Amino acid sequence: MHPPHGIAIGAVVAVLGMPLALAEIPLDQRRSGYDQLSPASKAMQDDDTSNPATLTVLDGEALWGRKAGEANKSCADCHGDAATSMRGVSARYPAFSPAKARPIDIEQRVNLCRTEQQKVAPLAHESRDLLALTAFIGKQSRGMPIAVTNDEKTRPFIEAGQRSYGMRQGQLNLSCQNCHDDHWGQKLAGVPLVQGHPNGYPLYRLEWQSVGSLQRRLRNCLIGMRAEPYAYGADEYVDLELFLMWRARGMTVETPAVRP
Amino acid sequence: MSARALINVPRKARRGDVIEIKTLISHIMETGFRHGTMGELIPRDIITSLSCKYNGEEIFATQLYPAIAANPFVTFHTVATESGTLAFHWIGDNGFEATEEAKIVVE
Repeated sequence: MHPPHGIAIGAVVAVLGMPLALAEIPLDQRRSGYDQLSPASKAMQDDDTSNPATLTVLDGEALWGRKAGEANKSCADCHGDAATSMRGVSARYPAFSPAKARPIDIEQRVNLCRTEQQKVAPLAHESRDLLALTAFIGKQSRGMPIAVTNDEKTRPFIEAGQRSYGMRQGQLNLSCQNCHDDHWGQKLAGVPLVQGHPNGYPLYRLEWQSVGSLQRRLRNCLIGMRAEPYAYGADEYVDLELFLMWRARGMTVETPAVRP
Repeated sequence: MSARALINVPRKARRGDVIEIKTLISHIMETGFRHGTMGELIPRDIITSLSCKYNGEEIFATQLYPAIAANPFVTFHTVATESGTLAFHWIGDNGFEATEEAKIVVE
């Protein structure tokens, strides 16, 4: 007796066809990576005195008030008290910069201020000082909803980010979507797969034993896919950051978060 | 920048209460077992000890080792006996030293 071939082939097509067709996560089913943390890591993030990123935020607070450059100005000289002036700023970055004619992220915004206003050399990506400033600025938006702008100026860049999010790449031929839309909640090498929302950056990653930016995390994913990572500050990263922020619109900023 | 430390001690406690003390300090805790990009050994740079004195009397001391992660977080308990100061002292490689104080009111 042979099995009826038509039914068997039909079942195979249905199984293979499904994961490819899965669309983006419905807005009400989005979850912060916090939800998948262990109780110990949650406790670490919940209490500022046990969150190691607080040390970085305190460094940033000190830098905020320190004069620098030819202009001999500090951040505070123009922006005043960060608790009011920087409230909600990180939640709407990357934002369109008329000067650059494209969106820039918060790291680039800080460096633009340094070169234009303070007349001092920009800070290197992932340098201690840049992370300290962006973590300090980010902390001022904690608890606020992510609200990047989606208008005619930013839309082409959001779409570019969305395309690279869905693009298969690297030796493993994976796209971001394969893990973070289609298989979140499952495990990858024993670690829970998260939806990949950028709502806690810069954050303290236990694996890094330090604070890192969203670009460092993206670089990590690209290396994991065995794709070639972009250089820090590349437009492709900023487009992807912008798309991820749009994808996480309305979610709560947790900066500085703790992640495994 | 010098090391930053965060201390979490209850501001007030009743006499006889067991209180939790949490300490966090920024430090790279370089193990001394890793190699750099050129193959050279990265020298060990860790905190080696932490001690706590409650109004001058040592109530807690510990040694730290290379397997402890960066930014060591150490918590311990003590009995609130009298109002005063908790003084923390970290010592490490390359002459590393840091101190921090916290006040407590015991009623």
